[in-house]
Amino acid sequence: MIVFYISAGIAALATLGVICLRQPMHALLCLIASLVSLSICMGLLGAPFSAALEIIVYAGAIMVLFVFVVMLLGLGDGPASDSRSLLKKWWLPVTLTACLSIELICALWVTSTTDSDFQLVSAKEVAHSLFQNYGSAVELVSFLLLAGLVGAYHICGSRKQMGDGAT
Amino acid sequence: MITIPLTHILGIAGVLFSLGLIGVLVRRNLLFMFLSIEVMLNAAGFAFVGVSSHLGQADGQVMFIFILAMAAAEVAVALALVIKYHHISRELDTDMACELKG
Repeated sequence: MIVFYISAGIAALATLGVICLRQPMHALLCLIASLVSLSICMGLLGAPFSAALEIIVYAGAIMVLFVFVVMLLGLGDGPASDSRSLLKKWWLPVTLTACLSIELICALWVTSTTDSDFQLVSAKEVAHSLFQNYGSAVELVSFLLLAGLVGAYHICGSRKQMGDGAT
Repeated sequence: MITIPLTHILGIAGVLFSLGLIGVLVRRNLLFMFLSIEVMLNAAGFAFVGVSSHLGQADGQVMFIFILAMAAAEVAVALALVIKYHHISRELDTDMACELKG
């Protein structure tokens, strides 16, 4: 249980770093550290499917999108960010992730047996609930994703069809 | 194994949500505001997952999947808007985006 509280504390510290750091890449790294620690918390609560999904989708796709945009716009270097930020160091995401890895290794070292009354909501149950009870919502989410795809393509899409100055 | 009390789970989600809200309100840069919005969405998803695993059901994780899909679609459109806005004005400062024309 102490692993849960340590991970939650690291998540809160990392989120504090997100809103305080000056450079966009440092804030992104802090957010990734926060997502990983929250994934650990979710796994300890008995939701391993959500923990895996958070790593794969949130930290692995959405944050990568942010990194691409930072790279495209060239926001990485120089004083391109706010001047009202509090922290100016990059060591916050590095130390938080190091604390996270140390905590994980210690937790794996100490607990070698699984507890008997640990309730787990497995991926099979989530899939049953998703496609039997909420099947129509899955279709609506697919509409939403298609709309997002078409909208993103259209906004940043071909300029020849739009003429001069039209956005 | 002592399960974690529900108030602690919701308290953690509330702290993260409020931190994201502070980030949206305080930061001026557009990219950082979107980052703080993602923090808020993540905190809401964590609250759903925490409550559902406290009750032993899978519905909260289903809602988390939907939140994830919505966040992905929103990030795609929002970052397209950020890129477009960066093309128009070389700044991402929202305090400078105070005029309608140009």
